[in-house]
Amino acid sequence: MDTDVFRAWITDIATVIREQRDHLTQLDAAIGDADHGANLDRGFTAVAAALEADPPASPGAVLTLTGRTLISKVGGASGPLYGTAFRRAGKSLGDTSDVDLTALAAALEAALGGIQQLGAAKEGDKTMVDVLAPATSAFSKAVAEGQSAADALGALVAAAQAGAEATVSMQALKGRASYLGPRSVGHEDPGAASSALILAALRDAVLASP
Amino acid sequence: MKKLINAPDDVVTDALAGLAAAHPSLRLDAENKVVIRGDAPRPNKVGLVSGGGSGHEPLHGGFVGYGMLDAACAGEVFTSPVPDQMLAATQAVNGGAGVLHIVKNYTGDILNFQLAAELADDEGIEVVSVVVNDDVAVQDSLYTAGRRGVGATVFVEKIAGALAEEGASLADVAAVAREVNERSRSFGVALTSCTLPAVGKPSFELAESEIELGIGIHGEPGRERTTITTAHNLAGTVMDAIADDMPLSGDVLVMVNGMGGTPLMELYVMFAEVQRYIEGHGARVARNLVGNYITSLDMQGFSVTVTQLTDTLTRLWDAPVDTPGLRWGR
Repeated sequence: MDTDVFRAWITDIATVIREQRDHLTQLDAAIGDADHGANLDRGFTAVAAALEADPPASPGAVLTLTGRTLISKVGGASGPLYGTAFRRAGKSLGDTSDVDLTALAAALEAALGGIQQLGAAKEGDKTMVDVLAPATSAFSKAVAEGQSAADALGALVAAAQAGAEATVSMQALKGRASYLGPRSVGHEDPGAASSALILAALRDAVLASP
Repeated sequence: MKKLINAPDDVVTDALAGLAAAHPSLRLDAENKVVIRGDAPRPNKVGLVSGGGSGHEPLHGGFVGYGMLDAACAGEVFTSPVPDQMLAATQAVNGGAGVLHIVKNYTGDILNFQLAAELADDEGIEVVSVVVNDDVAVQDSLYTAGRRGVGATVFVEKIAGALAEEGASLADVAAVAREVNERSRSFGVALTSCTLPAVGKPSFELAESEIELGIGIHGEPGRERTTITTAHNLAGTVMDAIADDMPLSGDVLVMVNGMGGTPLMELYVMFAEVQRYIEGHGARVARNLVGNYITSLDMQGFSVTVTQLTDTLTRLWDAPVDTPGLRWGR
């Protein structure tokens, strides 16, 4: 997986977030403050422009620039959290020009670690961690077993989507939805939903590459 | 949606330009969306910086000026500003005595101010952060993101600003800010939801006779939905929640705050009830504020904030202040 794959991943995220902007905002209106779609759209639009303006030379640099731009442009909780995740993933990749599945798994683990360190959320708190933790774990396991890229990324996305759906029945313990207490049950967490979109875009970008 | 705007994406920028035009004593860093006191930085005075999502006006930009904040960063509507903005504000007001960050307790505000404080530290600027978390509507705060910062933010900014104006140290200004927060409790009620310009429809729906108890300031639903009742009964509900958490005694400072869409007449009706409650529970309303100070766009509703005063806090509350949102004594 070369720099182009990672650039395609990020621009795919920008496209899908734009398409899903209103859906994410509706999820957030139900249990938060109705700005998640608009914030991520603004952030990834800025990221796409930054990648265009000064194309990074390595996969790690693509992710680092993505993270730095999200921290500078998004605000709210999702800016620092996703920004830190991409920065940690970029740092984990280093300056290699060709990323293998093992390195990608390590980068995703690093991203998850960054989010958990900053946001202090655990699995079951009804946050993006409920997608990223099971998805990362399923992917790492598949890679360790020597599965193909298609199978490992399939496992990643399946676990991500199951994780997002599982947040519907959870009561929020972190973030703005936590103020609702039991009334947060019955709604999908918007951060979990956007995390699942981001991971599905990763699968699509890798599998679309020659 | 009917709003007095040019375009949803330009609301914050246009509003800041208007604030700066109406108040020439303020300086606007339009690129960073930071409102700054015209005479900042003041040598050897602790700088006070706050900020948060927009839509709560006059908080925070309307509280920049003599005796209160030195700078305020405006985020998008209901979205915390980003660290770059907070760093620009911190640099603009650093007069060598350090800078206090006043942060409302929301996950986004906490994370972004934390990153900003690290950036300021890299530049050799001493920053202390004080978190405001006065909302008693958040129950089980150990199992949530914790109590939200609401009305007490206005009192913290006023009182800490007064002490900073006297030339106190960063440690002392931070201590009085924490003291005000610890001695304050708030509770809010919505009669309607609010409409974000970028969304175009209300964040939640309330039926004709429904009200939402325990709301924050972002159009997020509250802890309980119930039926509208008299001002007297509503004051009882709100004040019971506050007094259960902090027994009332001695002199108190009370704010009856409008959420943006409530007539002042109704706020005075509420104030009369709140005052009657407090005086019936053995305390005295020594100082008060009635009006729109920390709003939630066009939401109809109100919040009450009660702070237990000391002689020092009363003196600092009475000290001169000259900002677009609060002005007396000068």
